[in-house]
Amino acid sequence: MEKESPLHQFTIEPLLSFKLGGVDLSFNNSALFMVVAAVLISILMVSAAVKSRLIPGRWQAVAEMLHGFVYDMVRDNAGPQAGKWFPFVFALFSFILAGNLIGMIPFTFTFTSHIIVTFALAMTVFFAVTIYGFVKHGFHFFGAFFPPGAPVLLAPLIIPIEVLSYLSRPVSLSIRLFANMMAGHTMLKVFGGFAVLLGIWGVAPLAMIFALTGFEILVAVLQAYVFSVLTCIYIRNAIELH
Amino acid sequence: MELVTAAKMIGAGIAVLALHGVGIGLGNIFASMVTAVARNPSARDTVFPIGILGFALTEAVALFALLIAFLILFA
Repeated sequence: MEKESPLHQFTIEPLLSFKLGGVDLSFNNSALFMVVAAVLISILMVSAAVKSRLIPGRWQAVAEMLHGFVYDMVRDNAGPQAGKWFPFVFALFSFILAGNLIGMIPFTFTFTSHIIVTFALAMTVFFAVTIYGFVKHGFHFFGAFFPPGAPVLLAPLIIPIEVLSYLSRPVSLSIRLFANMMAGHTMLKVFGGFAVLLGIWGVAPLAMIFALTGFEILVAVLQAYVFSVLTCIYIRNAIELH
Repeated sequence: MELVTAAKMIGAGIAVLALHGVGIGLGNIFASMVTAVARNPSARDTVFPIGILGFALTEAVALFALLIAFLILFA
């Protein structure tokens, strides 16, 4: 019964367990799939860069499209001054995209369906953007919390709201990705359970699963895109202060 | 104990009432997108990514509600 729970697929199992001073540092299935995602992306990009030809082959075309897509995204959403943020956003996008898409293969583990993974990514973005803003603007960075042109009388109302919305960014960023992935995979599993229960009429939920799998692949790409676009918007916010 | 289970079920049901707003929001987004493309078909390529971004951001609200429902039911 425990194995049939729709949430069973998110269990973390240690593959190589070892402990360091009471801290559990086991190499688990989540870490394994993170390594797989990073290695796949590295192989794709490095092989495209090493044996690059003027007329690209299939894999080189994929790598170039990925590069061009993220490059346009950074330029359009983060502004022309954000060029040096491109490697960061590219790494973030490709890592999340690889993780989401690998998770769509049956019997694999989706590491982005764990809040701690997405929260770590979101906190990285949050700290990087905040520190960059302070380094670039010094204490003028606090000006971002009060939009220019707003009546001064409203300052005691606007500033707390802006600070709160700034601090809730990593939470909303991480929960969005995590909840999308977890809900999608749970939904597939629930419909899978229906298909088993209904016997011959199980073809109806099976067709539903077929459609949902397509939808989930769309969501996997879309959520990686949304995560990186919001990162770009935050970067623009730190560079231009509104 | 049965009362707690029943209350959990009702609570999970109430939690997903947020879908009212999400449904209205998603309808609005796609209605605006259709209107925009119908008025100016050449703007399709610029309107579409923004619309999809809006869709993803609104859909996230539905998933927050679903998450709360899951937390009530299973955690």
